Amino acid sequence: MDKEKVIDLAKLARIDIDDKEAESLSHEFDVILNYVGEIKNTKVLPLISDSQGKTLGNIMREDVKPHESGIYTKKVLEQAPMNEGYYIKVKKIL
Amino acid sequence: MPDLANLSIKSARDALQKKEFSARELAQASLDVIKEKDKDVHAFLEVFDDVLAQADEADKKITKGENLPLLGIPVAIKDNILVDGKSATAGSKILEGFISSYDSTAVKKLKDAGAIILGRTNMDEFAMGSSTESSAYGVTKNPHDLSRVPGGSSGGSAAALGAGFVLGSYGSDTGGSIRQPAAFCGTVGLKPTYGRVSRFGLIALASSLDQIGPFARTVSDAEILYDAIRGQDILDSTTISDETYPKEKKFSKIIGIPRTFVESEGVDESVKKNFEKAVEKFKSLGYEIKDIELPHIQHSLAAYYIIMPAEASSNLARFDGVKYGLHKDGSDVIEDYFKTRGQGFGKETRRRIILGTYVLSSGYYDEYYGSALRMKELITDELKEAFKKIDLILTPTTPTPAFKIGEKISNPLAMYLEDIFTVPANIAGLPCISLSSGFDGVLPLGIELTAGLGREDNLFIAGKEFLGE
Repeated sequence: MDKEKVIDLAKLARIDIDDKEAESLSHEFDVILNYVGEIKNTKVLPLISDSQGKTLGNIMREDVKPHESGIYTKKVLEQAPMNEGYYIKVKKIL
Repeated sequence: MPDLANLSIKSARDALQKKEFSARELAQASLDVIKEKDKDVHAFLEVFDDVLAQADEADKKITKGENLPLLGIPVAIKDNILVDGKSATAGSKILEGFISSYDSTAVKKLKDAGAIILGRTNMDEFAMGSSTESSAYGVTKNPHDLSRVPGGSSGGSAAALGAGFVLGSYGSDTGGSIRQPAAFCGTVGLKPTYGRVSRFGLIALASSLDQIGPFARTVSDAEILYDAIRGQDILDSTTISDETYPKEKKFSKIIGIPRTFVESEGVDESVKKNFEKAVEKFKSLGYEIKDIELPHIQHSLAAYYIIMPAEASSNLARFDGVKYGLHKDGSDVIEDYFKTRGQGFGKETRRRIILGTYVLSSGYYDEYYGSALRMKELITDELKEAFKKIDLILTPTTPTPAFKIGEKISNPLAMYLEDIFTVPANIAGLPCISLSSGFDGVLPLGIELTAGLGREDNLFIAGKEFLGE
């Protein structure tokens, strides 16, 4: 994997990395991908979604009995780096 | 004063009920030994300031005649399990100063069982590692040899127990993060069946693999700690009930050994010798030993190192400097994200998020992530089939004894290979226990028993017999 690709991936992941790290990651990824790539060559069954497993499936619950509005808001908002009133604050987007 | 070194949870509970010592005295004994020795080991990131107050509450309940499974027992919690009103960082700078606004289900159950939550233990950042060296808050040392790692990622919880600071502790296991440090620190470590313990309030690494479990001195203690936290939870829809996996097979003392897998390249001679001794011991205990073929099990690690970073890259997208934790200021919202994540995440976390982004990206998704999911299914089926004829699978827990601090940190693949024997249980969701099986010099070694889905009971039976409980 070349350095430029690592930089593109870091952008996708929204992580600032410098050139030196991108360079070293490109070598490390080659080694790791070479190892994990062994499964690409193994003949395996097609993905069977739930054909035999009865345990796989979505578990839903009724969307009822919400807690009283606002009772946790203050506690949760206290953890936000920036807040104003009952809102989390971010910089202007547009 | 209670003598921590010679107590188990079971014996401490008896002594507390008989008022041979108080919960306050027991908690104080833990605090004293931590104060004396943890400056060398660094198992704890924080010892909570209300420990004695919690102990006094426990003493009141004991006086009232209450008898709960963990009443008055101090336990240590890995730094990724939320405790209401307490800090939790998952070993990361990006969560420095974060205070949990609720209890994880596991902690809620512990409080209900009367346990004293002693403090939070060090870990590899976001549970990514096998040595606790990737913590943003310093390295934890192996209590048996301070120049060596305690294993990871739950290294702090294992070291706290191995050093005799506590009688029980909890970690999380995504690819071996309870069992590998348990082996390195000479303790028992249990990863329950996937879904047995609620993940609500556990800071996620890879949600399809993560499971909370205990460290203990004995299998009986591990069982007590496991019973206290297990159970279906409406807040985690992947939790299972006792009926999910019916106990179809009667325990008949048959152990399978995947010989080709156990003899993988890179397994230390001391580990091999110790393993053969354990096999002989099981034979002498009346177990039938069978060689078994599991042709795809050796691909577990490759599948794991695709699935885990993929899920981590998605799970860790929530850390953006907006909702909680660290915030680094840039010129606009997007730059805030980049700076916060670039500076808040450590090197190994950045590496795995970027790798996960790659295996999930268009053009590589099917080649890597799709293949890994297919392999996961194949391995799961293979193991399911094997457990029709055997009760347990036996392997070493780790390919080597505890390694030197710094030895593997610059070689990610060498570090990843540490997980070779522990990962299959996570890939297939199976319960698995590491038992202390002797020493290489001063360094503890461990063996690992895996059982079929929902069969923790078999692990406890065989584990107790092996340790002579």
